[in-house]
Order: sequence, then C-alpha cells, then structure tokens
Amino acid sequence: MSWALLVVQTLNGLQLGVMLFLIAAGLTVTFGVMDVVNLAHGAQYMVGGYLIGLFADLTGNFWLGLALTLPSALAFGLALEFLVFRRLYERDHVSQILATFGISLFLNQAVKLLFGAGAIGVSMPEALSGTVALMPGLLYPIYRLALIGFGIGTAILLYILVNHTRVGMRVRAGATHPEIVAALGVDIRKLFMIVFGFGAMLAGFAGALAAPIFSVEPGMGDNLLILSFVVIVIGGVGSVRGALIAAVLVGLVDTLGRAFGPQLLRLALAPAAASQTGRALAPMLIYVTMAAVLFFRPAGLFPARR
Amino acid sequence: MSRSSLVLAGVLAASLFATGASADDKVKVGLIVTLSGPPAVLGGQIRDGFNLAVKTLGGKLGGLDAEVSVVDDELKPDVAITKVKGLIERDHVDFVVGPVFSNVLQAIAKPVTAAGVFLISPNAGTSNFAGKQCNENLFVTSYQNDQVHEVLGRYAEDKGFKSAFLMAPNYQAGKDALAGFKRDFKGEIVDEVYTPLGQLDFSAELAKIAAAKPEAFFTFMPGGMGVNLVKQYRQAGLASIPFLSAFTADESTLPAEKDDALGFLGGANWAPDLDNPQSKAFVKAYEAAYNSVPGTYAMQAYDTALLIDSAIKATGGKLSDKDALRAALKKADFTSLRGKFKFGNNHYPIQDFYLVKAAKRADGKYETEIVQRVFADYADKYAPECPMK
Amino acid sequence: MKLPPLLLFIALALFPLGAKFGPETYLLSFGARALIFALAALSLDFLIGQAALVSFGHAAYLGVGAYAVAICSLLGVDELVLQTILAVVAAALFAVLTGYVSLRATGVYYIMSSLAFGQMLYFLFVSLSELGGDDGFTLPARSRIAGSAALADDFVFYYFCLGVLAVAYLFLARAAASRFGRVAAAIRQDALRARALGFSPLPYQIVSCAIAGSLAAIAGVLLANHSEFVAPSFMSWQRSGELIVMTVLGGVGSLWGAVLGAIVYLSLDEVLSLFTDETHLVIGPLLVLVALFGRRGLAGWIGSGGAA
Repeated sequence: MSWALLVVQTLNGLQLGVMLFLIAAGLTVTFGVMDVVNLAHGAQYMVGGYLIGLFADLTGNFWLGLALTLPSALAFGLALEFLVFRRLYERDHVSQILATFGISLFLNQAVKLLFGAGAIGVSMPEALSGTVALMPGLLYPIYRLALIGFGIGTAILLYILVNHTRVGMRVRAGATHPEIVAALGVDIRKLFMIVFGFGAMLAGFAGALAAPIFSVEPGMGDNLLILSFVVIVIGGVGSVRGALIAAVLVGLVDTLGRAFGPQLLRLALAPAAASQTGRALAPMLIYVTMAAVLFFRPAGLFPARR
Repeated sequence: MSRSSLVLAGVLAASLFATGASADDKVKVGLIVTLSGPPAVLGGQIRDGFNLAVKTLGGKLGGLDAEVSVVDDELKPDVAITKVKGLIERDHVDFVVGPVFSNVLQAIAKPVTAAGVFLISPNAGTSNFAGKQCNENLFVTSYQNDQVHEVLGRYAEDKGFKSAFLMAPNYQAGKDALAGFKRDFKGEIVDEVYTPLGQLDFSAELAKIAAAKPEAFFTFMPGGMGVNLVKQYRQAGLASIPFLSAFTADESTLPAEKDDALGFLGGANWAPDLDNPQSKAFVKAYEAAYNSVPGTYAMQAYDTALLIDSAIKATGGKLSDKDALRAALKKADFTSLRGKFKFGNNHYPIQDFYLVKAAKRADGKYETEIVQRVFADYADKYAPECPMK
Repeated sequence: MKLPPLLLFIALALFPLGAKFGPETYLLSFGARALIFALAALSLDFLIGQAALVSFGHAAYLGVGAYAVAICSLLGVDELVLQTILAVVAAALFAVLTGYVSLRATGVYYIMSSLAFGQMLYFLFVSLSELGGDDGFTLPARSRIAGSAALADDFVFYYFCLGVLAVAYLFLARAAASRFGRVAAAIRQDALRARALGFSPLPYQIVSCAIAGSLAAIAGVLLANHSEFVAPSFMSWQRSGELIVMTVLGGVGSLWGAVLGAIVYLSLDEVLSLFTDETHLVIGPLLVLVALFGRRGLAGWIGSGGAA
C-alpha cells in the first residue's frame, strides 16, 4: 500500500461523498422543514440523468445540456409538489411512504417506456475529459476532480443561502419550529414550495453530473436513495451542515472500507477467512456505522430539532 | 361509483380464472424472462429474437400455429414460480422458454419439468443442471456458464500473460466466472476482487488495478455495472492493460459504452459478423425489425425457436407424444445460426467458442467481431457427472 | 370476530372450492402466496398500528424464517415444527437485539434504523455461499409435519396457510385487547403520559417487535415451503416497502385490513400483468390516490359502508 494509493482512494471517497451530499441536501431540508418522507427523491436524481442525456444529445453540448437540465429539473420538482406533495404535508409518515413509493414506481416504469430499458451513455464535456497522473500508471479523470469542486462549491452556496439570506433564515426556523414560523405570518406554502423545488433541482443536478461517469438507467436512483437516507440520519435531519459531514463520512467509510478492509482483516485472520468476512462486511459497513451513530446519538450528529 | 368499481374488480378477478383451451392444431410457448429494471434489455432481446424467428417461419412452429405468451419474472424467483405455474396450468403451454438469470432457473426448473413440460433455457446454464441434476425435460441452448469464461482463461494462457487481476460481482455467477477463468490460466492471480452486486462506482478497484500492474485484467460485470466499469476503466487510462471480459462489452451494453469499449476483448459462442448465410440473414432481419444489433441473447432465442420447430416437424405435429418430442429435441436437427450445433448427453450444447472484440461498424453501430476461434466442439466439464446417456 | 373480517375469512376458506372451476394449481399457488404475505402484513400492522413503530426492515424477518428452513434442510432436518421453532427463536432474538439499538431513536430515525438492520441481514445472507448466496437455495421438498408429507399437496397447503393466518389474527386481536395491548396503545398515544403513569415504554415496544417479528418469520417458513426455494431477495428493502404498502392500503391499525390489503395488492399486480408488462404505471398512481384520498385504507372504506 502506497501513499499515492491512499490519496487516490481518499479522493474517490470524497467524490462519492460529494454526490451523496447533493442528493441528501434536498432530502434533509424537505424532511426537516416539511416533515415529509420522500421515497421519490431517488427518482428525481434519475430524472436529472435522463434530462441531461436528452438535452446533451439535442444540443450536442454537455454544458448547454446542463443549463437546460437545471430549470427542467426544478420545473419537474415543482410539478410534483403541486400535484402530490402539497397534500402530503399534513399526512402521517406511512401515507407519505405509500405515496412517494407509488411515484417512484411510476417514474421508474415511465422512463423505461420512454427511453428503453437499457443504459444510456452520456459523453463527458470536452473541457473536462482530460486526465491527471496522480500515480504511476493511473490517470485520474479531471472530471471527477471537477465533481468534487462542484460539490464543495454547491455546499458553500448553500451555506450562504441558508445562513445569510432571509429565505435561508426562514428555512432554518422552519426546520426548528415550523408551527411558530407559520404563526409568525410567513407564507408557509410558498416556503415549502421553494424548498421542495430547490431540493429536487439539487438531486437532478447530481444525476446530471453523475451521468458521464455512471450509466443512466431505470432504477439508478434507488440504491443512492437508501444511502442518502443513511446520510441524513447520521447527519441529523434538517441540518445541511450535518448532511455534508455525514455524506463525506459515508463516502470515505464506504470507499476506504472496500479498498483497504480485506487487507486490514488479513492482519487478524487467515487469508481465506479474511476474504470471506471482508466480502460480507464491506457492504454492511455503512449500516453498521449508522447503527453505531444512532446508538450514541439517537437524533444524529447535528440535529436541527432537539 | 363503488358499485361499478366492485363490478370491475369482479371482471378483472374473473380473468384469473380464465383458462386457455388446449387445441392440438396450435403450439403454445410461454416465454419467461426479466422485463423489469436494468436487466430488461436482456429479456427484451430474448423476446425479440424468439418472436422474429416465429415471424420468419410464418407464425408457425413445426407447421402448427404458434401462440407465444411473454411473462416478466421481475428477477424475483418466487414471482417466477407463480407465473410459470400460471403458464402451465392456466395457459397450458407446451414449452417454457427462459429464463435470463441463473437464480430464476434454479427456482423454476423443478415446477416446470415435474409437470412434464419442456423447459428450454436460452441463456442461463448453471453447472448443477449440467451435471448431477440434469433433467430429461430440461434443455439449454446457450452454453454452460463456465465455458465463456474458460475462453478468456485459455486465451490469456496461450498469449503468455504472466499475471492477471480478476474482478466479478459477489454472487454465484460471479464466483463461477472467476473459477472458469482460473481453470485454464496458470499465471499469477494478482488479486481477486468481488464487488457488491449493483455497485456502479469502481474508482476504488481501478486504483487497486493501477497499483498492482497486472499483465491482463479479466472481469465478468454484466449490465449497467459493466457499462460503468468499461467507461471508468477507459477514463482512468488503464486501457493499456488488456481488458478481457465476458458479458461486459457485448451488444447489450455496447450502445451505452460506445467508443470507450473499442478493442476490449470478450468471449462468446457467436458474433454478428459470423460468416454463414443464415446468421447474416438473421442479423439483417433483426436490425430491420428492432433497430439494434442483436447479441448472443437474441441469437440463442432464435435458435431455440428453430430447435422447437425442428422437433415438432420431426414428430409430425403430435405434441402429446412427449417421448418422441424429447428424442427430436435431443437430435437438434436444425440449421443453427452458429453453423454447427449439437447437444451433449446432459442437454447442454457442444459448440465452438471465439475470442471477440468490441468494434464500431461503418454505419456507426457497435458490435462484437470474431478475432479467432479458441475452442472447437467444446463440451462442458460437468457432462460426465450427468447420469443421462 | 367482527363481521367484515369474519366474511373475509369465510371467503378465503371458500376460495379453493371455486378454484376447482379454473386453473386449479395456479390459483391455489397464487392464493397461498397471498395468504403468506397477508400474514407478514398482518404482523407489520400490529407493529405500526398498535405500537406506532414503522419498520422499514420487516422483510428481514421473512428472510429469517425462510433461511431457518434452508439451514435445517442443509442439516437434514425437514420437520416443520422444529424449523418453526428455530425461526421464531431467531426472529425474537433479532428483534430484541436490534430493538435495543433502534428503539433509542424515534420517528424517522427509527424507520432508518430498522432499514439498516434489514440491510445488514440481507448482505449477510448474500455473502453465505453455502446457502447459495444471491442465487438462492432450492429445497428438495416441502417440510414434513410429524413425518407426513401432507403439505406437498397444494390444496392442503392452502388451508394450512389459512389456518395459520386465522390463528395469528385471533392472537393479535386478543393481544391488542389485553392489558398488554392497552398499555401499548397508551404508549403509542402519549409516551410521556404513559411514563408518568409508571409504564416504561421500552419493554412493551420490544415485546411488540418480538411478536411481530416472530409472526413474520412464520410467514417466511411458509414462503420457503411455497416456492421450495429461498433467496436473499425475500428480504430486500423493496420487499419491506411492499409490506408497508400492503399494510397502509388495508388501513393501519385494523389488523384484518392488512390481510385485505395484501390480497388486493397482490391480486392487482397479478391481474394487471395479464394485460400489460408495465404494471407499475397503473399501480404507482393508484398508491398515490389511496395515500391522498383513501380514508383509513380499505378497511376504513368498507367499515364506513363503502361510501366513495
């Protein structure tokens, strides 16, 4: 094991973390402010991937495609809010699970009908398609570094939005004490709409950014959805800061665990047993981490509401 | 409103009770494949390949009008069992063709064969049914799963690679794949990595490969996983290490992988550029009908239809004579798209295997092309364990 | 038993006789599968409705029960009673152990915690190659009861499942009305007040989890016997989601509603698949409509006289 390998794996972990953050950010605020369990958020991510596939194909340019994807994802999110989510705010968690599960089923099937069941490839933007030699023999794609950059940039933007604007103040208040915010005369409906739409756009943004590296296919958001829930639970529902820290934590644990876990186990167990145990433990690692965090901090690391 | 919804519910429920009448001038085939989620591409190819064959034969199989019903197993073995029982009991099918995946095959083999219906698998070919658990009513028209991987192992050994890095998803087919490769390859196995099923980001594993510097890389990574691996492998600049694969860079994934897969090697029992008249006609007809290049999944499904056609013809259309049908199926007296085709004693094919590479055609479409033949008349390793003669 | 659930069970008892007029084996197979999931949904309803614990990992118990059968089969034990005992003990143990961690959390944290444990169990069984890993494990035959292979007959198997379901329903209805049930209901309505009255919530919640988990494990034993096949997909998070859907569809808290919900959901999926490959295009929006406008689920709808 070399330092270079460790650096590369850490970058990989950061990149996964950044992707998770983009998805989890919208989810945690929706959850924190509106108390809505949204199982369709993964489908939002998927829609972003398909949108950029469509627009990049139409315009022949990734950046133009991205520019078109963002408002489309926002519009899509607002449409969903208007049609369904608006009515879910007063309902209990199980009804929300039922409704958003239904939306997710529908969307996954709809894209299959519209775009076919197979994976769709999206080409990387020319400007970022180069590589950088981080290790002898391993070229690290600049696009992945750019992803990390995008994620950090978005995090900073969100920080400014949430902590230094009026809307952000209302969002923070709404996450802590929604009833009082409404009682103080803030137009809760408009606030919810903005929050939901923005969260949906962020998820779509994540899907669009991920498209050149991962394939775009029906159901691509499902596993990331579960991971995002893990992230917001670890980070604390309603807290964007918590989502960022938890996302990076989850990304690093997962990547470094998969990369170095079997080797570490070999220090303690025989090779065959280490391999078998490693294979069993690796996917479980994130869930074990979440259970451990919940054991010591049942409301996550940085809960908005105490 | 509630009364009419009750009536509607009643009518819909009644449809579950409807049974198809069994007539002797028709042959009924039940196609059970995966049509949900990402693997739906493979199920779709099998369905399309089979239907194309029936259409080309004038809507008949063996001279009898063919009625093909298609059912989605959703990649859930317990769902597959209920649906296959529906095909047998409700629709009275004479043949069940499918499935795509090995775990579904494990689940449906017993119910179908125990009911006396022929099960012909156009894709999944597990080792247990090739060996100790071979069954007189079970036929496989694809290959035994290990064989394709053995192609790459043989090639790597012949080419003189001294070391290899192996990677596959962590399930039975993945483990069989790497075991199949290691059977012929005697060089150093630098690392053997099993990734979680469904993992899409291989950055961690790619960094390991770069650090290990093997002379070759072998992988079995089907579907969306393979698409991602191919793209990321190319993006990481690892393409100088030969990419040997099975079911990773084939017609089901090439449309998404595009140029990233060019030159990557695979193993198969067929490729669209195979030089014989029936294969060329098939490829042309398939592309005209479905606007995509057929892969081995579609080819095997087409061959399955030809096999059934030949068997029914040989028995003069007497579907009730199961013994005659079985003997005719065993004979496999049809012109396969692969050129030559025959069954071993365990009802698995004995056929040629080739090294193929991913390439781009003049018209911009992607396909695999034959590089060289690696095995001729190759039978699987489990046939001796099968008690059938 | 109240009238609507009584009618439901009578209809279920008469179903196989009607099935003789159609494709019998297929209908009995489908019916048994519906009854098995009805049992699982029933146990989940006890958890959600009585104890207000929304578990997103309930399918894990189905898996525990199914794999108990597989493990016994591997060891040469095919006696149903022994397999069920193993399943129930394992389920109860799992419920108690995970309960200690999960129940420290409330609301969505509990939901996610239950999901995490479900996933852990799922990945554990995927990694066990002795039991077939992701490909699953084929059972040589259905389990024997006291040496008899009676369950191999689909007719007998259907009635066996129905019997188990009926007993489970009566047991849970009893439990809900008992002193235990009333304390659990008090805890559900206001945990603080219950604590002030001297009741510690944790033991009651853990017992509820153990009861629900054990019943779902029994459903798992039956599921393994039904398909004569066991696979980790029995305990995927999507399965857990489907169980929640069945429970909510039927009406949370009504117990018999969960039975009806499971039957309706599975029947709908089956019937729709006869007409189209894209069943989710219909089922998806239907679930949304039920969530938005369904007054307390199907049980609530029927209970209020079928008013639209």
